Amino acid sequence: MRIKEHPILELIDKEKIHFFYNGEVMYGQVGDSIAAALHASGIKVLSKSIHLERPRGFYCAIGNCSSCHMTVDGIPNVKTCITELLPGMRVEFQSGKGVLR
Amino acid sequence: MIHTDVIIVGGGPAGLCAAYSLVKQGVSVTLFERNSKLGGQLVKQTHKFFGSEKQYAKTRGFDIAAKLIKDLEPYSAFLTIEKNATVLGIYPDKVVTVMKNEAYFKYQCKAIIVSTGAMEKVLAFEQNDLPGIYGAGAVQTLMNVYGVYPGQSIVMVGSGNIGLIVSYQLLQAGVEVKAVIEAASSIGGYKVHASKLRRLGVPILTNTTIKKAHGVDFLTGVETIQLDESWKTIPGTEKTIQCDACCISVGLAPMHQLLSMAGVHMKYIPEFGGIVPIASDTHETSYDGLFVAGDVYGIEEASSAIVEGYLSGLYVSNKLGMKSEEINSQIADFHQQLEYLRSGPFGKKTRQGLEKIKEARNVT
Repeated sequence: MRIKEHPILELIDKEKIHFFYNGEVMYGQVGDSIAAALHASGIKVLSKSIHLERPRGFYCAIGNCSSCHMTVDGIPNVKTCITELLPGMRVEFQSGKGVLR
Repeated sequence: MIHTDVIIVGGGPAGLCAAYSLVKQGVSVTLFERNSKLGGQLVKQTHKFFGSEKQYAKTRGFDIAAKLIKDLEPYSAFLTIEKNATVLGIYPDKVVTVMKNEAYFKYQCKAIIVSTGAMEKVLAFEQNDLPGIYGAGAVQTLMNVYGVYPGQSIVMVGSGNIGLIVSYQLLQAGVEVKAVIEAASSIGGYKVHASKLRRLGVPILTNTTIKKAHGVDFLTGVETIQLDESWKTIPGTEKTIQCDACCISVGLAPMHQLLSMAGVHMKYIPEFGGIVPIASDTHETSYDGLFVAGDVYGIEEASSAIVEGYLSGLYVSNKLGMKSEEINSQIADFHQQLEYLRSGPFGKKTRQGLEKIKEARNVT
């Protein structure tokens, strides 16, 4: 969910951009990181731990914690919290360590 | 091999100010920032800063970042800024390797300033990895950079200044802050921040910690427990608070990895939040020509990182052979500012940490 009103921040509705999450069309805003766009659309489980497959969410947002690794346009282990969302990106939930194609 | 006078690693407040001191004197600087934006953590700070006018008090964090970046504009001839560029390693003879856009580059320079900042500490408790549990920086990023809600109701763990300020920012965004919990017997941050929260009806529970998180795929609540004076849990005092977000704000640790890899003499100093370099009075490490500035040299406020950055830049220009009355008087002025920022009860940790650094210098 997006914040609509704020006493300090100027939250202008930015241009919508589309992307694909597991093949389905979704929308984010210009300037979003991939993880922020997913979060705003209610997708809060971003990956699973490698061994115990425990769900992982948005944790550090600075590219340190590895919780947000996903496959983007075929590239595994992309840090989606610091990668800018671009129109048409194909974002996929990744299992395990990901596969290099 | 690409050659430059000075390499700065990290474009937060310390790195930007260090760059300013150098480019102003005509030294060519290459600044590497792994993010797509400069400004470090300032870009997500919507609150007004304390301190004196000289460190931009009463200015909001993101405005300070914008100002520091703008200050550099007139000197663009001397400054190369590489964004989305991660420094991978620092080698002998001041060789620095960098990854940018999936390509690998080698640089060599006359001096290096490492201003990599800090990362958040985590807290151990059952199910601490559940989605819905965030670091305080992530909550700020979601809300203040992207305008996205981290949740509807939140429990804040930690009552240091970051915990208190982020709680207030959550309220401003319209999130319900169920409670701020603090393991110690007193509030960690400034009273003025705590009072603001209390006036808005947010309970601040001291001697309380988080025992476990509830939820299967996503957080549904947290279980708190009280602690006695020796920090032992008191059985039977467990309470469950329903929430869909929990923010962990239990301090920061210096991002020392590049320095440790380069073989710099380091020491664990709890007052500084973790492993820090044993640097000299001029911020130079045991690696000749490698300087540090900001949180990587001990956790402090952003205002201290700003002053330390300016100072490190001046120390480096001294090292490169630039000496003048003007530089000396600037150094003296910034020194005085740092002393001022570190005076008083909230600077106690820093003063103790600096004492330990001094002791460690004598040993090595």
